[in-house]
Amino acid sequence: MIKVLPKEKWQGALYSLAIVIVFWQLAAMIVKLPIVPSPWAVFINIIAIFASKIQIHVLYSLGRIMEGIAIAILIGVPLGFLMGYFYRMDRILSPLVYFTYPVPKIALLPVVMLLFGLGEASKLIMIVLIVIFQIIISSRDAVKAIPDETFRSLKSLGASKIQIFNEIILPASLGEVLTSTRLALGTAVSILFFTETFGTEYGMGYFIMDSWMRVNYLDMYAGIIILSLMGFCIFMLIDIIENLLCSWR
Amino acid sequence: MIAIKDLSVKYRSNDNEILALDRFSIHISKGDIYTFIGPSGCGKSTLLHVLSGILKDYGGVVTIEDREIDPRTQRIGLILQNYGLLPWKNVYQNAMLGRKIKNGNQDTDEYSKFILKQLGIDGLMDRYPRELSGGQQQRVAIARAFILKPDLLLMDEPFSALDAITREELQELFLNIWKQYSVTTVFITHSIDEALYLGRKIVVLSPSPGRILEILDNPCFNLDNLRFRDEYYAMSMKLRKIVSKG
Ligand SMILES: Nc1ncnc2c1ncn2[C@@H]1O[C@H](COP(=O)(O)OP(=O)(O)O)[C@@H](O)[C@H]1O
Ligand SMILES: [Mg+2]
Repeated sequence: MIKVLPKEKWQGALYSLAIVIVFWQLAAMIVKLPIVPSPWAVFINIIAIFASKIQIHVLYSLGRIMEGIAIAILIGVPLGFLMGYFYRMDRILSPLVYFTYPVPKIALLPVVMLLFGLGEASKLIMIVLIVIFQIIISSRDAVKAIPDETFRSLKSLGASKIQIFNEIILPASLGEVLTSTRLALGTAVSILFFTETFGTEYGMGYFIMDSWMRVNYLDMYAGIIILSLMGFCIFMLIDIIENLLCSWR
Repeated sequence: MIAIKDLSVKYRSNDNEILALDRFSIHISKGDIYTFIGPSGCGKSTLLHVLSGILKDYGGVVTIEDREIDPRTQRIGLILQNYGLLPWKNVYQNAMLGRKIKNGNQDTDEYSKFILKQLGIDGLMDRYPRELSGGQQQRVAIARAFILKPDLLLMDEPFSALDAITREELQELFLNIWKQYSVTTVFITHSIDEALYLGRKIVVLSPSPGRILEILDNPCFNLDNLRFRDEYYAMSMKLRKIVSKG
C-alpha cells in the first residue's frame, strides 16, 4: 500500500499549528500593540485581501523557487551522478564543492548582484546556489553508497551504461535527492524573501516589506503567514512525490 | 563447453599483490552441473566474476562455446549469496529483469509464469525485497536466472545464508527445475553436503591461491534419499580427506 500522506503527519501539523495560534493569541492579548495583531484579525484579513492583493505575489515567489529548484536539480543531479560513478570526476570536483559548500551563500549576494544586476537572474542564481550543493553532494553520495554487488547482476547481464543508469543509479538515488532538496528548501525560502525586497515589485518578500513600510501590520502578518504556508506546501509536495516514487523503502 | 586455460587472477591492494587464482585450467561440459568446493578465500567468487564478465583483468584464456566471455552476447545467469535483487523493484520486476535487459521487454509468457509458479512466488508479485524472507528472496533470484534462459548459470554460495530447513528445501526445488532444463551450471559452495547433492561433477579447490586439487565424478548425483545412503557417506569421507589434505 502506498501511503501518500500518513494520517499522523497531518495530525502533527494540525497540533503544532494550534499551539502556535494559542501562543500568538496570548502574546496579542498581553502586548496589546498594533505590531502584534490577534491571529483572527490576520486570518480575516487574509481572506479579505488574498485574491486582490496577495495572489500575484504568491505566483511570482512560487515561480522563482520552483524554477530555482528545477535548475539546481537539472545541473546538480547529473554532476553528482558523474562524481559518484567516475572516481576521477570526484577527485577533481569534490575539493571544489567542499571549498564552496560552507561559504554562506547570502554573502555572495552583493557579488551576484554586481554581476547579474538586480533583476530576476540574481534572484534565481541565489536560490540555485543555495540548493545545488546539497543536491550535488547527496546525489554523489547516493551513487557511491550503492554496493558493488548491486551492479554485478546487471553487468553479468551485459547491461549498457544507460540501462545501468535507468535500473540502478536513478532509482537508488532519487530518494536522497528529494530529501536533500526538501532540506535545502528552508534556506531557499528565506533567501528568496531577502532577494525579493529589492529590484522587483512582485513577490512575497516585496509584499511583506511594502506592508511594513506602509505600517499595515495586518497585511504584513498576512504576508508572513502566506509565505510560511507556501514553504510548507512545497515541503509537503516533495514529501508526496518522494512517497509516490520511493514506495519501496 | 567452457574452456578455462591457465587462468590467473591478481588483485592489487595498496602495495601488495594477492594471487587469487593460479594457472587454473578446466573444461566444463555443456549441460552439466559442476559444484566447486573449497575453503573460504580460495578464489571461488573470483572465478565466477571472471566467468560472468564482471572481472576482465585476468591472465590466461577463458572461452564459452569457443568465444571469449562477453555478457552482452552471451546469456549468463548469476545468483549471488545475498540474492542480488534490486530493492526498488518488486518481485515481478526483479524476476523479469534479466529478460528486460536482454530482450527489451518484461512481459510474462507461459514459460516465465511456469517458473514463477514452480518457485512458489507467483502470489508475491507486488512485494518489495524488504518484505520477503531470505528464502523468498533467493527464490526470486533463481526465477530471474531461469526466466533469462541462460547459456550458463553461475551460482555463488546461493544457499549459505539460509537456515538449514529452507536451504534443503531450496536445494531440492532448484535441482528439480534444473533437471528440466539442464543448463550448464557452475555451483560454488563450501558445504560438502551441498557439493554432493547438487554436483554431477565435483571440483575440489586448494586453499589460496586457488588451484584444482581433484575433479571427481559424483556417483551420488540423482540418487533418491541420498542422505541416508552408504554412497553418500563414502563420498563424503573421500571429499573430506581431499579437502583436509589441501
Ligand atoms: N577486490 C579485491 N581486492 C583485493 N583482494 C581481493 C578482492 N576480492 C578478493 N580478494 C582476495 O582474493 C582472494 C580470493 O577471494 P574470493 O574469490 O572472494 O574467495 P572465496 O569466494 O573463495 O571466498 C582472497 O584472498 C581475497 O582476500
Ligand atoms: Mg566467495
